[in-house]
Amino acid sequence: MIASAYSVPSVLIFLTAALLILVGAIGVITLRHPVHAALSLIMTLFGVAVAFVAQSADFLAAVQIIVYAGAIVVLFLFVIMFLGVDRREGVSVEPLVGQRAFAALGVVLTVGGLIALMARSHWVTGVMSVSSAGKAISTGQGNVKELGTAVFTTYLFAFEATAALLIIAVVGAVLLARRERNVDAEEVSP
Amino acid sequence: MNVPAAWYLVLAALLFGVGAFGLLTRRSALIMFMCLELMLNAVNLTFVTFSRTLSDISGQAIVFFVMVVAAAEVTVGLGIVVAVFRRRSSTSVDELSEMKG
Repeated sequence: MIASAYSVPSVLIFLTAALLILVGAIGVITLRHPVHAALSLIMTLFGVAVAFVAQSADFLAAVQIIVYAGAIVVLFLFVIMFLGVDRREGVSVEPLVGQRAFAALGVVLTVGGLIALMARSHWVTGVMSVSSAGKAISTGQGNVKELGTAVFTTYLFAFEATAALLIIAVVGAVLLARRERNVDAEEVSP
Repeated sequence: MNVPAAWYLVLAALLFGVGAFGLLTRRSALIMFMCLELMLNAVNLTFVTFSRTLSDISGQAIVFFVMVVAAAEVTVGLGIVVAVFRRRSSTSVDELSEMKG
């Protein structure tokens, strides 16, 4: 019934992406070993990239793989190895009584309420193609050109601000991770 | 015909929920950062879905900026984790309690 309403490839791609995303996400929150959790995170990021390609956001899918899987997860792994915290964390201990139950309740209420609310009304409403003055974006063959035009014209100020943000983040990270030269006796690192 | 937008939006909501649950229950600061990435990715997926459905490129431009901010956030956050680990030899957030009232 589903296959008759929608094309089989798109349903298969959606199921693949959903499987990758959810299995990876559950792995991140359940695996004890931080390295395993980071590898599970890569699986989720790949699933999101598949979903991006299926919705003709080709450039973002490439950036997703390069920046997230290629840089951010590698940074996570680097810090895990650098600190030597690749020992298991006990997920069975629960220092705060009832924390997990309350967290589950809050998440189920939020997500379930959101889905229940949206199922009664239209999922997507609004004016089509506002930023391009009514001209639809291209699908299928990719819309990298339109994305580039939007980033470098409409959102030029935000783009420049992100450049400043990245510089500040790099300087801040170097400052935070730097070892003090003239250390006090108590600040000698292990 | 492509699958409806609602499927992707429900998937993004579930991903956000899993990430939020992990953020609320895990104790290692590194894992909490990973859960934060899950939640950011859920929002990105929602933006791209709306971009496709409304045929508007702005959603994808915003996802681009969210990725940049996420990269900056992870850089500074992991720097803080390294600095805290130097002092305490642990990344558990339970032990950072000296500002407790």
